[in-house]
Amino acid sequence: MAKSENELTWQDLEPGCIVTTPGNTTDYKTGDWRSQRPKYNLERCLKCGVCALFCPEGCINKTPKGYFIANPYHCKGCGICAKECPAYVITMEEES
Amino acid sequence: MEDYNIFASRVVTKNEPLAPGHRACIGCGEVLAMRLAAKAFNKNTIVVNATGCMEIIASQVPYNSWRLPWIHTLFENAAAVASGIESAIKVLSRKNRIPEEEIHVVALGGDGATVDIGIQALSGAFERGHNITYICFDNEAYMNTGIQRSSATPFGASTTTSPAGKKSIGQSTWKKDTPSIMVAHNIPYVATACPSYPFDLMEKIEKALSTNGPSYIHIFSVCPTGWRTKSDLAIRLGRLAVETGVFPLYEVENGVYKMNKIETELKPLSLYTKPQGRFKHLNDDQLSAIEARIHSEYEALKEKCELTQVREDM
Repeated sequence: MAKSENELTWQDLEPGCIVTTPGNTTDYKTGDWRSQRPKYNLERCLKCGVCALFCPEGCINKTPKGYFIANPYHCKGCGICAKECPAYVITMEEES
Repeated sequence: MEDYNIFASRVVTKNEPLAPGHRACIGCGEVLAMRLAAKAFNKNTIVVNATGCMEIIASQVPYNSWRLPWIHTLFENAAAVASGIESAIKVLSRKNRIPEEEIHVVALGGDGATVDIGIQALSGAFERGHNITYICFDNEAYMNTGIQRSSATPFGASTTTSPAGKKSIGQSTWKKDTPSIMVAHNIPYVATACPSYPFDLMEKIEKALSTNGPSYIHIFSVCPTGWRTKSDLAIRLGRLAVETGVFPLYEVENGVYKMNKIETELKPLSLYTKPQGRFKHLNDDQLSAIEARIHSEYEALKEKCELTQVREDM
C-alpha cells in the first residue's frame, strides 16, 4: 500500500473495492493497541514454539537462533503467550 | 496431549494465509481458530466469508489479511455463494477453460451466519451435495454488532438482548445442537474442534478438505470481549470447555460418531463459568441444573458413538 489509510481517496480504490495486494494488513500497525508487552527470560526458553502456535495475531516469528519473539509492530499484548508458555519464559509488563 | 504440543509445535507448517495486522480484539480466540484453520488450506483454496467478526476484522478497505482468493458475502448466503463457485469451477474445467486441478471451496461463517441467518442456504447446499467445506466459528452470540443473543448462546448466559436481572436468568433457551442438524443431512464429514487443541483442529480441516462432498466443521471460539473474560484466557477456557463437557470434541464420518477426546471424569462446571462475566449471576442451584443437562448430553453422545460404531462393525 503506497498511501496510508488517511491519505487515500475514493479515486484510489479499484472498482468493487478489490484489494490487489493480498495480505497487506501487515502494513497496518496494531502494536499501539498494546497496554502490556511480553518480556522474555530466554535462558529458560525450550524453543518449543507453543507461543507462536497460540498467538491470535500470528506475529511471533522465529529468530535465526531459534527463539520465538513477538513482533512489536503487530503484538497487541493479550498475554496468551505468557499464560501458555510451558517454561514460564514470558512475563507481561506494563507498557511505558 | 500437552507434551505432544510442546515438542511438535515448532514444526507446524509456516504457511500463513492469514496475515497479521488484522483488527481482531486483544486475545481473540476466534481469529486464532481462523488462523489455525487457514494454515491447513493449500494455495488452491477459495475462501467465502460471511459477514461477521471474521469478515470485518480481516477486510477493512484498503486492507485485506487474506493471502488467498477471498470473497465477502452477506450473512445469509455464504453457503449459496460457495456452491455457486464450486459449480462454476466444475463447468469451467469441463470446458477446459481452466487447468484440471483440485480447487477447494471453503465457506466461513460465525455462529449467527450459520445457526440463525444462513441455515437455509447451508441446508440447501448440503442437500444438493456440493463439494464444499463449511466452517462455523461459534463464539455463542453476535459479538460483532454488540453481543446480542443468537441461538448458539448457552442457557444462562447474559447478553445485551438477554440481560440477567431480578426476573431473568439471562438466555432462557438451550444452545442449538448444530452439528447434529448437519449430521441429519447425511453428509460425509461433520466435526467439532477447538483452537486449544490445534493439531486436532488442523487434522480435521485437512480431512474435511479432502472429503469428496459437503463437510461441516464447528469450531468453538472463545470471545474475551463478549464473554467478559481476561484477554489471556482464550486457550484455557477452550480447554476447560472440552474438559467440563460443555463442548465435546467429536467427528462423524458417514454417520459413524467418534469421540476425539473422551473424558473419563468431567471437571466441575464452575471451573469454566467462574472466569466469565456472562455467567457470574448464576447461583449454585442453577449451575448444578445446567451441569446435569450437560452431563446427560455427554452421556448421550458417548452412547451414540458406541451404537454407531457397533453398527459399523456388523
